[in-house]
Amino acid sequence: MKFSLSWLKDHLDTDADAATVAETLTRIGLEVEGVENPAEALKPFRIVRVVTAERHPQADKLQVLTVDAGDGEALQVVCGAPNARAGLVGVFGGPGTYVPGSDFVLKKASIRGVESNGMMCSARELQLGEDHDGIIELPSDAPVGISFADYAGLDDAVFDVAITPNRQDCMGVRGIARDLAAAGLGKLKPLNVPAIEGSFDNPVEIRIEDAEGCPAFFGRTVRGLTNGASPEWMQRRLKAAGQRPISALVDITNYVMLDLGRPSHAYDLKELKGAIVARRAKDGEKVMALNEKEYELNSSMTVIADEAQVHDIGGIMGGEHSGVSETTTATLLEVAYFTPEPIARTGQKLGLTSDARSRFERGVDPAFLDDGLAILTSLILDICGGEASRVTRAGQPPVEDKQVTFDPERTSALGGLDVPAGRQEEILESLGFRIDGGKATVPSWRRDIDGPADLVEEVTRIVGYDAIPSTALPRQEGVAKPTATRSQLVERRVRRAAAARGLDEAVTWSFVSEKEAALFGGSAHILANPISEEMKHMRPSLIPGLAAAARRNEDRGATSIRLFEVGRRYLSDAERPTVGLLLAGDSQPRNWQSGKARGFDAFDAKAEVIALLEAAGAPVANLQLVMGAGETWHPGRSATLGLGKNVLAAFGELHPRVARELDTPAGTVAAEIYLDAIPAPRTSEHARSAFTPPALQAVTRDFAFIVPASLAADALVRAVKGADKALITDARLFDRYEGEQGLSLAIEVTLQPGEKSFTDAEIIEVSRRIVASAEKLGAQLRG
Amino acid sequence: MSLHPLQARFSEEIAAATDLNALDAVRVAALGKSGEVTELLKSLGKMDADTRMAEAPKIHALREAVTEAIATKKAALENAELDRRLATERLDLSLPARENPKGSVHPVSQVMDELAEIFADLGFAVAEGPEIEDDWHNFTALNIPETHPARAMHDTFYVAGEHEWPMVLRTHTSPVQIRTMQNGKPPFRVIAPGRVYRSDSDATHTPMFHQIEGLVIDKAITMGHLKWTLETFLKAFFERDDIVLRMRPSYFPFTEPSAEVDVGWSIEKGRRVVGGCEGWMEVLGSGMVHPRVIAACGLDPNEWQGFAFGTGVDRLAMLKYGMDDLRAFFDGDLRWMKHYGFSFLDVPTLSGGVGA
Repeated sequence: MKFSLSWLKDHLDTDADAATVAETLTRIGLEVEGVENPAEALKPFRIVRVVTAERHPQADKLQVLTVDAGDGEALQVVCGAPNARAGLVGVFGGPGTYVPGSDFVLKKASIRGVESNGMMCSARELQLGEDHDGIIELPSDAPVGISFADYAGLDDAVFDVAITPNRQDCMGVRGIARDLAAAGLGKLKPLNVPAIEGSFDNPVEIRIEDAEGCPAFFGRTVRGLTNGASPEWMQRRLKAAGQRPISALVDITNYVMLDLGRPSHAYDLKELKGAIVARRAKDGEKVMALNEKEYELNSSMTVIADEAQVHDIGGIMGGEHSGVSETTTATLLEVAYFTPEPIARTGQKLGLTSDARSRFERGVDPAFLDDGLAILTSLILDICGGEASRVTRAGQPPVEDKQVTFDPERTSALGGLDVPAGRQEEILESLGFRIDGGKATVPSWRRDIDGPADLVEEVTRIVGYDAIPSTALPRQEGVAKPTATRSQLVERRVRRAAAARGLDEAVTWSFVSEKEAALFGGSAHILANPISEEMKHMRPSLIPGLAAAARRNEDRGATSIRLFEVGRRYLSDAERPTVGLLLAGDSQPRNWQSGKARGFDAFDAKAEVIALLEAAGAPVANLQLVMGAGETWHPGRSATLGLGKNVLAAFGELHPRVARELDTPAGTVAAEIYLDAIPAPRTSEHARSAFTPPALQAVTRDFAFIVPASLAADALVRAVKGADKALITDARLFDRYEGEQGLSLAIEVTLQPGEKSFTDAEIIEVSRRIVASAEKLGAQLRG
Repeated sequence: MSLHPLQARFSEEIAAATDLNALDAVRVAALGKSGEVTELLKSLGKMDADTRMAEAPKIHALREAVTEAIATKKAALENAELDRRLATERLDLSLPARENPKGSVHPVSQVMDELAEIFADLGFAVAEGPEIEDDWHNFTALNIPETHPARAMHDTFYVAGEHEWPMVLRTHTSPVQIRTMQNGKPPFRVIAPGRVYRSDSDATHTPMFHQIEGLVIDKAITMGHLKWTLETFLKAFFERDDIVLRMRPSYFPFTEPSAEVDVGWSIEKGRRVVGGCEGWMEVLGSGMVHPRVIAACGLDPNEWQGFAFGTGVDRLAMLKYGMDDLRAFFDGDLRWMKHYGFSFLDVPTLSGGVGA
């Protein structure tokens, strides 16, 4: 909402300057986004009279002028404007003046050998319009010597105020003035509503068939008018408000809307046929709107139509066909009340915004139809001439005397601000409320007020939020208690464990492309209105996002990429907290000790997974590995880790097809850890069990087996370890060798004696059991 | 007692030994099984008492002297040998040692940890909720009916398909307020950080970003408490005492009264920093929870009241740590992550400070 200070002063009797007005507006909740004064830049330009105009001796198109700037001295100026002539009164800028429309500073100069002491300006050079065909011509009685900005009334600050959606009443200058008056910045002037009876009956019948969408339509005809240009003062205000002047009738309806928050519409009477009806549109009915776009309507939308066609998308935008033009001599004026909710729905469906919609959907003052129509008519009669008919009133606007409980105590109980009850009443009354005992009657223009909390806001915002004393929240006794949940702690621990292991945490988009989602089983949630096709499917996996990041990093020249992300996968049943990680490029850069650079392999992914699972509190030693992690993974170079059917993680090489589709860097390995699958640890006690180190030292024995090529090493180790659960405390695979005899796996077994050292016989017995256990898997002790 | 005549000779031979082998030969000759000194000791048994009385001290003294001289010489030879070896052992320790890759924690995670730490001290727990949300929780329960103009303020992503309620990507973390109040028992003190989505993409907007919501529901909570909480939080977060707040009346459908909160900034070393008061910038939206919102969650608004606030986590990170481009947060550029990311050791704590 933009308006000028002088416009504001039509409604507000105040001496306040622009800075004070701006500061107060922001303080009471009408946030000023900018204050501009066009006069600031134009201050140095003065009104001058051209005394003589002679042909430039060296140039046909230039003239040498002498101008009188009112101080008696004649200044010589070279000028190229075709309309420059003796006697013209125009606008002059002297040396040192910045010309805003041309972005340069004037200097005393010699133009083709003739001295020039400044410039006569065009409208464009002063940013007052597009005209650059000649210099500005002012009336011959314009006062020579004074500032042009003062003369033209340009010294008028323009405020740009952000109006929050609850304050329809401030979408007109008068509403803003009322708020400022309540804030003590002056006095609200009474609104002058002329009484216009009308001299003939309205020739147009007005009917309401859709009382739900349009409960009231007040109208009248004005005939015998001339629709020329609107007056200078009105054009200036409309321009300040960011509106383009069009014609007197259009400008007047716009002006009343901006001034009083009251939208209206003027139809060209000669384009209407028969009765005017507020009705629902028919499905598929079309209308060409004033923005020169055609809209297809449906039966949920309220329109204004005659016998022939739709003329107005009710409360949103008028139709092209019956729009007023310079040939209009008679008009039907519409001042209606449209119900906010349907207006909002229609506007959303049509994707059509307008100044009228933004006011109607917020709810215009239902008690201001007659006065609005009178003011509108009066301006038309003044500016366009003609005569007005009597008013036709179809329907009744929903005016209600809404009352809300007013309890002055609430202001301190909710707002934290102590304001004497009398002062509170004074504030509310200045905003238009009527206070009667414990009730406040809400003014018809404040649709947003419907409870005691709203009254608290009205009082506190006018007194000022600055005055609210800062009050400490009551604190629980003692040291603050831990608040994080287990899953929050797990995320924190995993994140920092990953960073400690050299991985960099990325945050990637939650949405991926259809192709990326399809590689991971497809998305369960697809956006209806995505930003782009690339960001349409909620991710079923964290890997596509990390793969894209890895690709970008490699393209930027990164040689070693270790990325992880802690985020959600969006599955059909739930949003699942997940860690994704991706390793690509060099695991070890080439090095003087170890030689050539080494890439990542699936075991690097496994190492990260196990370390992060351990950080998350998973029972790592008990996890079962199952080869082949599913369709997105390399069938022979991936695996899952789980507890029974509960899969905690998948890792390995991506399926080459998936890797190619994702364009991952060569040699990429990846993993996902499903945080919500990790079981909670059993105990949360602080005290550990007693420390009981064994009395005797453990002994180790090595066993090497020739095994079937298909045997998983893990299975052999488990078999060996399980051969004697009492004596064997650990079994660790330390060598793998493929020779002539086949695949050989060597395991170091740790045996823990109890009270007494092992006898040879005991060692032999354990060894026998180990070998027997391994043999069940087809393993043979190596000779 | 005079020295044994053999002592002088052994002393000479020990001194003359140039390596451990030569010294050992001397030892064997003197102290070995049939060494000269050993023989002398054996001869003591065959002597008569008087002779033995006279000879024994001399022979024992000889043995001790020779033993000690050999030990001393041995130590000297060993030291010399070690020195010789050490002279040949040399590493160029200016060569680079093995390096471990350094990882990093994303600024958004770091700031979320910082916020959790600060608010834990004020008694706030961390609440969570779904990001794919039904429009009842995202809008309706928050007093934003379908036709409310405020819905137009949110550029909402809708999820395709038929649902009981239209499904959206949550446009703010405020639906977590609703879920907290529905699923728990008052009083409440929670913060809810997380991803949020708006259909918006330009230099300062990304379609996904992070917000944090705060909610306090209790009895007799006022805007004064809201003001104190925000001041206290911002002072702790920015670790400055000169934080100045300005609350401005504003409008959010889910709070009444509502306030936008500006924080004062100043220019330090050519950069705009939070603190001081050379100008204002908007950092938070807040207000007293609307009675209708409280009622929508099944609580009695005549009994329970409180405040809520919300702000951008990414924005807080930018203001504190100086990033100037939001889009880079979600690009996964390793150079950016190493520049703006945090060490795993930068765990925010009250005793160590919440800033890194």
